[in-house]
Amino acid sequence: MTGGPVIETRGLTKRYGGTTAVDGIDLAIRRGEIFGLLGPNGAGKTTTILMLLGLTDKTAGTVSVLGFDPARQPLQVKRRVGYMPDSVGFYDNLTARENLRYTARLAGLAREEAEARIADGLRRVSLTHVIDRKVGTFSHGMRRRLGLAEIVLKQAEIAILDEPTSGLDPEATYEILNMIRDLKAHDVAVVLSSHMLDQVQRICDRVALFNRGKIALLGSVPELAQQVLGGGHTTVVEAEGADLATVLADLPGARRIIPGEGNTFRVLADRDLRSDVARRVTAAGGRLLRLNVEEPSLDAIYRRYFEDSRRAA
Amino acid sequence: MPSIDVTSKTPAARREGSPWTGLGAVFLKEFADHVSGVRMRVLEWLVLLFGLAAVYSAIQDLRSVAAQDPFLFLRLFTLARDPLPSFVGLLGFLIPLVSIGLGFDAVNSEFNRRTLSRVLAQPIYRDALLFGKFFASLATLSVSLVALWLLIVGLGLLLLGVPPSGEEVARGLVFLAASIAYGGVWLAAAILFSVLFRSAATSALCALGLWLLLSVLWPMLAQFIPQAILPSDTMILFGVPSVEQLQMQLTLARLSPNTLYAEAVQAMLNPTTRSLGLVFPQQMVGAVRGTPLPFGQSLLLVWPQITGLIASAIVLFVITYVSFQRQEVRA
Repeated sequence: MTGGPVIETRGLTKRYGGTTAVDGIDLAIRRGEIFGLLGPNGAGKTTTILMLLGLTDKTAGTVSVLGFDPARQPLQVKRRVGYMPDSVGFYDNLTARENLRYTARLAGLAREEAEARIADGLRRVSLTHVIDRKVGTFSHGMRRRLGLAEIVLKQAEIAILDEPTSGLDPEATYEILNMIRDLKAHDVAVVLSSHMLDQVQRICDRVALFNRGKIALLGSVPELAQQVLGGGHTTVVEAEGADLATVLADLPGARRIIPGEGNTFRVLADRDLRSDVARRVTAAGGRLLRLNVEEPSLDAIYRRYFEDSRRAA
Repeated sequence: MPSIDVTSKTPAARREGSPWTGLGAVFLKEFADHVSGVRMRVLEWLVLLFGLAAVYSAIQDLRSVAAQDPFLFLRLFTLARDPLPSFVGLLGFLIPLVSIGLGFDAVNSEFNRRTLSRVLAQPIYRDALLFGKFFASLATLSVSLVALWLLIVGLGLLLLGVPPSGEEVARGLVFLAASIAYGGVWLAAAILFSVLFRSAATSALCALGLWLLLSVLWPMLAQFIPQAILPSDTMILFGVPSVEQLQMQLTLARLSPNTLYAEAVQAMLNPTTRSLGLVFPQQMVGAVRGTPLPFGQSLLLVWPQITGLIASAIVLFVITYVSFQRQEVRA
């Protein structure tokens, strides 16, 4: 469990003809973390992933995956990295077990070892009950789970998941997210791309926001909030029996006070003002109904960032 | 721009690991798919029924003919009785059909099922996938053809009651090899279309179109083109093509694998065939007409044809290989 990065890219660039799909990406992803690649469609997320796997040649820059160069040593990289593509496909005429057996054979596993790992992989994604059913009958969620089982089967050190939850119902999404956490618990570095921001927020340790082939923002969600939204803390207050507008008017430390519906106010500040607000409201004889700090949402960060960049353009 | 040092760059650009890694796995999987697939079952029955019909009618004829023919067994393959064509005639169009049927969706089906990127993310090179698919289809085709060949020889033994001579067996085996090479050409063409076109229907249509072009249209074109570009007095005066025209006609016709296969089969199964090109009367001076060539001479005669078939299969496969390597994985 070393702290060094398992994936490292420097100035990674991919050009198709005249267009630049990926433009000088610098990444360092550590073991045991869940790293999110976010951005609109066509921002270069999938191209970056394919370059990490050596499935697409890079135009410039360096990539190192577990110390190997995917362009020169693709077999070494692919032996250690599990990949689940966007809307992963399996052979519909084969059963779950047969599909995984094919993967195991491609990975060069011995037969007995493969059978044990297949059973274990399917157990971890709770597909044991359909092990001998044709994949043609599987739902989207079950196919994704089978894709994760494949990664488990390979005992991959890095799992790269392209849009692992797109097109899934909430229940299936919840299951997939839990399985991704389970991968992390097994000390696997997880890289996932997504545009489902609230889900990414829930499970990612760090995210990189892609915009037109470049990484616009990189860091944990609170860090990004600090960077983009500026204000660290937003406190939501709701009270009865006191005029909050006057009570909160000259609150020290508050930068802005935004009235909401009814007797609700939002207080923007650089630090946590909850205790100050509570003291003021009770001192003014009001009954405090709600007092909480709003988590900075990735959705808000994302939208604000793109609004800003559009305005700047 | 500084000059690029090629010698120091080459080892850096070289990929590590064998391109054959995983070939066996792909081969076995594809072979199992073919053998158990419904499509293969249909094609096999087609070949089997047509083959049986042709051989049965040939045997009816052979029984009435005096059994003095030294190559009685080979007649099984070549004898035609209306309305059925001979067995080799049937093979001439069934082999391309079966090959196209096996290959037309080899690569694009992986795209459409969205399995390609997942399979290529396993520790194999693209080479293994393409080679595995080609060889598995070729093996399927070969197994069917060998089975059919054995069936016909067996039927001949039972119904004619005469064992084939060693030479007949040798000629039959060369015929089998030529058939497999011919199948390989069409297989490579079908797989090429499956790489070029994302839609399986387009790929199948193009492969069938090419086949129709080469089997129906090309022989006619091969006849007309020399007359158009090489005008000759004999043609104008007597309506007979000149030697140059005939030679060009032959060269053009041989661009089609169908012609190559037909010639190879003709020379192998009809031992009296002395030449596959033009023969002038003065070249036949001293020859005893109607006497068969020895096996070695017949083999020499068809050698260019068989080489040509194998070479066209390889060329088509190389084009397929290059375009597949350059293709982007993402759909």
